[in-house]
Amino acid sequence: MSKSVTDVICPFCGTLCDDLEVIVSDDGKKIEDIYNACAIGAEKFMHAQAPDRIKRPRMQQPDGSYKEVSYDEAVEYTARMLYNAKKPLMYGWSSTSCEAQSVGHEIAEKVGAIVDNTATVCHGTTLIAVQDVGIPSCTLGEIKNRADRIIFWGCNPCHAHPRHQSRYSVFPRGFFTNKGHMNRKVIVVDPRVTDTAKLADYHYQIEQGRDFELLSAFRVALRNEPLPETVAGIPREKIIEGAEVMKSGRFGIIFFGMGVTQSLSKNHNIDNAIMLTKDLNEFTKFSIMAMRGHYNVTGSGQVLGWQFGYPFSVDLSRGFARYNPGETSSNDLLRRGEVDAVFVLGSDPGAHFPISSVRKIAQLPSVCVDPHITPTSEISKLHVPVAFVGVEVGGNCYRMDNVPIEARKVVDPPEGVLTDVEFLTRVNARLDQLMGGK
Amino acid sequence: METVTITMKNQPKLYLEADNVSPDKFAGKKASEIAALHAYEGREQTTLGKYFEIAGEGGATAADTRIIVKGDVSRVKYIGMKMSAGEVLVEQSPDMYTGAWMQGGKLVVKGNVDSFAGIGMKGGEFLIDGNAGDYLGAAYRGDWRGMQGGLIRVKGSAGSDIGYFMNGGTIIVHGNTDVHVGTHMEGGRIVIKGNAPSKVGGQMVGGEIFVYGTIDVMMPGFKYVQDEEVEVDGERSKFALYYGDTGERHPKRKGQIVYGKLYLKI
Repeated sequence: MSKSVTDVICPFCGTLCDDLEVIVSDDGKKIEDIYNACAIGAEKFMHAQAPDRIKRPRMQQPDGSYKEVSYDEAVEYTARMLYNAKKPLMYGWSSTSCEAQSVGHEIAEKVGAIVDNTATVCHGTTLIAVQDVGIPSCTLGEIKNRADRIIFWGCNPCHAHPRHQSRYSVFPRGFFTNKGHMNRKVIVVDPRVTDTAKLADYHYQIEQGRDFELLSAFRVALRNEPLPETVAGIPREKIIEGAEVMKSGRFGIIFFGMGVTQSLSKNHNIDNAIMLTKDLNEFTKFSIMAMRGHYNVTGSGQVLGWQFGYPFSVDLSRGFARYNPGETSSNDLLRRGEVDAVFVLGSDPGAHFPISSVRKIAQLPSVCVDPHITPTSEISKLHVPVAFVGVEVGGNCYRMDNVPIEARKVVDPPEGVLTDVEFLTRVNARLDQLMGGK
Repeated sequence: METVTITMKNQPKLYLEADNVSPDKFAGKKASEIAALHAYEGREQTTLGKYFEIAGEGGATAADTRIIVKGDVSRVKYIGMKMSAGEVLVEQSPDMYTGAWMQGGKLVVKGNVDSFAGIGMKGGEFLIDGNAGDYLGAAYRGDWRGMQGGLIRVKGSAGSDIGYFMNGGTIIVHGNTDVHVGTHMEGGRIVIKGNAPSKVGGQMVGGEIFVYGTIDVMMPGFKYVQDEEVEVDGERSKFALYYGDTGERHPKRKGQIVYGKLYLKI
């Protein structure tokens, strides 16, 4: 007979759905079915069951093939690599628990590494803007219960955060929004007609790379100052109409994604969007929130923030924390040749970084800690498989609105497979031995 | 004035953080003492002497000290950081943070500079014969005080985000710039003798930007006021004056709203 595990946290995207139901075989070893999850979330659980899953560390051989090694050898290689490097890069951290991040940071501080998370190619620009001008934000629960003006700027939750709209932003019936989507007006700003744009009341099909201008134009309209005839391909009347729609709501929220954080103007787009939110608070209640991607990228920012004061791209090489994306961000470090070893945990730069950076990872001593076979694991010298956080081991995670949620263990990991925390703790202990003489 | 010449002899494998290459640090020191000043390569603390051949000795004070940096310094950061007086001449192209938080004296670079040159600059003269990277004369991350005084002159072109959060001083770029000129600017003057593509003066509160060439896309928050003749960099020219950014907050002074001024050459 199978048993059902309820209230399971989905370790995929920043929405961090907490209502999954997983059907597990009686011996607690096999996942049989998943309810309530989106297609991506369900796949994450099912993939843990894949028959071709790697269960032991693999060392790349000179001919490109892989040789299975023990966890002891993997710990030794990783510790020695970090010990010998003058400036190692420790990248990733977004698909693991806060507990693992914390142990990783302890190692980083010891070896003078640079700790960077996936925000560096994602919402890092948001964090720069937040540092410059602050952020008026709220929780997803508030949005569900109160928000009647929903703006999706440069994001496509229909595909990237599939349950976001049904759980929080567009369709749910909340305390003050008891008619669900009938209570809400949805504005989408996107150069493409995405599936999110298709369900919008207002779609601003903006010229690519002109978000900064359009955000400024909304702010100009709010101040009743003159506007040019068109801004970013949008006629003046439409901009003034949009400003009126935002002003007339009782509670508004701007959600934004990669479309503004990683297109032309980057942090300035977010800076201006935050200032627009601030301006709108002269008229009504308005908030702004980043559509964080990985399920615990927010947690990585939180843990780095409370330990070192900065949310990503933290350079610990000189014993104190420094932070300057553009210099201490992974791609700049890799492309410029500023680092001499790469440790990746809980991310896949091989798939997401520019080829010039990926080439550097392939040339340097490198370790990839990941349950899956990924482009990164294929170019790393050592691949260490670990248990899936949120499936085979619990741990703390932060949702996109900075609410911490404890992920649950559903099944046991395959026999002998270490968790992120166990592997990092062993590396940390080995480093203590190596550095003992220092 | 005493001259210290430092010549690159061993290239760092990674990048060298040489924040001690400044007249303030070299003043009153002999060549051997200068060679013992520390520098960082990654987490390793080393000495300047490991990388540079050092000749001559520092003057009694920073103002009496002149530093000539020879050789390939493309992997050396922080040259002239926080210098308050004296002179530094860099014959080739240094890396990031050249003249960062500079307070006085004269810094001349014959080649190009990388990003973050002259960030948070307070005073002095910074001349770049080649091109400049991004964030020239800008604020350090999270700081709301960008360049506050002094002069930066770039003979070539500059990158994006020049004069970010600028509060005072002057930046003159003889060539073109990339996007974002004087974003969040509150004071000071930026002169661009070439073109600037777009986002010029976005979120600008105060200060002046002069553009001699063209702007491809103007920010929506700039309104034309009048034509004006102004003296810039020693010559009088006629400009069209725009006030902005009207989407941004603007303080009042003597009952008048203070705007940022954007001058376009007619």
